[in-house]
Amino acid sequence: MDVKTAQFKRNAEAALADEQIQQSLTRAIHHFDEARDIAIREFTPERWEELRERGRTIKDHTVANLDYYLELLSKRVAEAGGVVHFARDAEEVRQIMLRLARSRGIKSAVKSKSMISEEVGLNHALEEAGVEVTETDLGEYIIQLADETPFHIIAPAMHKSKEQVSDLFVEHLDEPREEGITELAGVARRVLRPKFLAADMGISGANFAVAETGTIVLVTNEGNGSLCTSVPRIHVALMGMEKIVPDIEDMAVFLRLLARAATGQRLSTYTTFITGPRRAEDEDGPEEFHLVIVDNGRSRLLRDAALREALRCIRCGACLNICPVYRKVGGHAYGWVYSGPIGAVVTPVMVGLEEAKDLPFASSLCGACRDVCPVKIDIPHLLLKLRHMIVEEKPSKHKNSPLAERLLIHGYYLTVRDRRTFALAHRAGSIALRAFACGGRVRSFPIPPLSGWTRKRDFPALAPKTFHQIWQERLSKE
Amino acid sequence: MNEDIKASLFVTCLVDQFYPQVGESVVSVLRRQGVRVDFPIDQTCCGQPAFNSGYHTEAKKIARQVLKLLANSEYVVVPSGSCATMLRVFYPELFEDEPEMAEAARELSRRVYEFSEFVVKVLGVTNVGAEASGRVTYHAACHLLRELGVNREPLELLENVDGIEFAPLRGNVACCGFGGTFAVKMASISEAMLEEKLSEIEDTGADTVVACDMSCLMHIGGALSRRRASARTMHLAELLANGKAAADGR
Repeated sequence: MDVKTAQFKRNAEAALADEQIQQSLTRAIHHFDEARDIAIREFTPERWEELRERGRTIKDHTVANLDYYLELLSKRVAEAGGVVHFARDAEEVRQIMLRLARSRGIKSAVKSKSMISEEVGLNHALEEAGVEVTETDLGEYIIQLADETPFHIIAPAMHKSKEQVSDLFVEHLDEPREEGITELAGVARRVLRPKFLAADMGISGANFAVAETGTIVLVTNEGNGSLCTSVPRIHVALMGMEKIVPDIEDMAVFLRLLARAATGQRLSTYTTFITGPRRAEDEDGPEEFHLVIVDNGRSRLLRDAALREALRCIRCGACLNICPVYRKVGGHAYGWVYSGPIGAVVTPVMVGLEEAKDLPFASSLCGACRDVCPVKIDIPHLLLKLRHMIVEEKPSKHKNSPLAERLLIHGYYLTVRDRRTFALAHRAGSIALRAFACGGRVRSFPIPPLSGWTRKRDFPALAPKTFHQIWQERLSKE
Repeated sequence: MNEDIKASLFVTCLVDQFYPQVGESVVSVLRRQGVRVDFPIDQTCCGQPAFNSGYHTEAKKIARQVLKLLANSEYVVVPSGSCATMLRVFYPELFEDEPEMAEAARELSRRVYEFSEFVVKVLGVTNVGAEASGRVTYHAACHLLRELGVNREPLELLENVDGIEFAPLRGNVACCGFGGTFAVKMASISEAMLEEKLSEIEDTGADTVVACDMSCLMHIGGALSRRRASARTMHLAELLANGKAAADGR
């Protein structure tokens, strides 16, 4: 997928000015929030905390022993008759997929939702090679028709109104116009059914991969995942290498965490466990099963002890829903696959700090994301670490921050390092602000960064006397 | 009374330069409770603007000075959840790679309290005998709430202020959009977040917005003032310093 992270600010402005996006965000996110709240209250907050802690512990253990579990998973998948491929980056994933498609004479593929396929731009690569690819998750299907990228990790077409979907269906499908949501879903079902039946290849992601049993686990609400992975003669599952859990019993923790955090469900409508291809005694299932385990920047997260915990993420989207920034700018502003708080953490590491240097700053560090994270990722503190890396560590010192900002911070340091210069600054500031102040407030200031403040907010005038002065003159003597 | 308790006030740069009356109120409330308050005179800022922006070199230099300045304080009271977070949570992180400094930072963090937290948890007081009037709402500042875990304390103190009517804020745990340099770096997003907070404030019909951080209040108050709204902003300490007991104590 094209990286547009460098345009964050411009994209955000556009989203803020887009009424449709603003309406969709308000509507959909209130629904997610409420559902999640109810689910956790029902589960009881105490048990929820316990479950989060167990989720965190299991993930940390797995990530710390990732080499072991990757080997175990590959061994078990092979024993079940599957083929494991390792892909270092997006290009390798595309090559593996193209090789498979060519060697097996694949003409059409159906896909269940997979964020990793978005990472690597899989659809376009396959289409260029002459394979017809059809997304079968309704939201993904909608954005495929619109030629857009996912707006939200679990609700890719959240930003589209039903009228827009109606227009898209009329434009792209040979179907009469429908207006209602049920009818529109009916259209998609009618159009997609023959695609499932005709496809040579089914492509899916993997919400989890169980090392001990070589099982991949898919969680969907539409049942399209089961069809994609059982009807076509070849099933290829793509997974990020951090999606592993050690044992099948761990699913009791993660299925409960994921459904509640993501949609407020007790359990997703469909949970599919897949171990290898069709066996002799099976009535259906693919002849071949391939598992593509993808790095694509994840080992950079793994290497960095300070950021490693981001690999706990189970992609539930709860941090997006609660984030006051995501709630205003939506997913496209972030410019790559992963948006919201977790996107602001993983994207810079995966696409490059310089390319995505605005993202860690697209946060007020309010910490609401950490409260809702089902695996307790300390997102605000990771953002702070990334800010530090961007400014002072990588790729070279200060390369990524503008000169004006560096001067400002240094000026700030020179001012506050000594109380005498600090007092002087108060006097100088009083004179400077006086020129712009009116009735104890500054309504407009021409010079950045303060000019950004005064667009919609007054700035206070400096107090006639500092607390230092008041203390020395009066309070210290009382 | 708490005559044997000594507390150093870390007043914060914002209060020092813009809102000294907040510092005066803190001193007044604490002294009324018998606390012996001192003010380490060489203080300026906690260094958070540099730290939050990624400039650890500058932040560390400032933090070293603060650690030295407060090395002998029994308690450190900060009238800001955010600056208290800097001292208590971020200093130890800042010095992660310097074991000796990290230890000093962890040692300090055990003595640092945000103002309302200090009054309730250390002094064990929820009624300071304050009196005020009007309809009051409370904005929970993010660092106070989520980094320090202080939620109940300010509300308990507010509950015991005579004569006010409390009107809770719908969605009172959402950020107001300040976020330090975020407010100017990402001004449009910050403004949109603020907009939502303002409409929630308006819905309460409150004439006074109380918080424990002047940074959030500068942000919210700046917009109220721009709109010429009648509601005003006030630090919790200012409200608590009000009233009969306050008049007696002065």
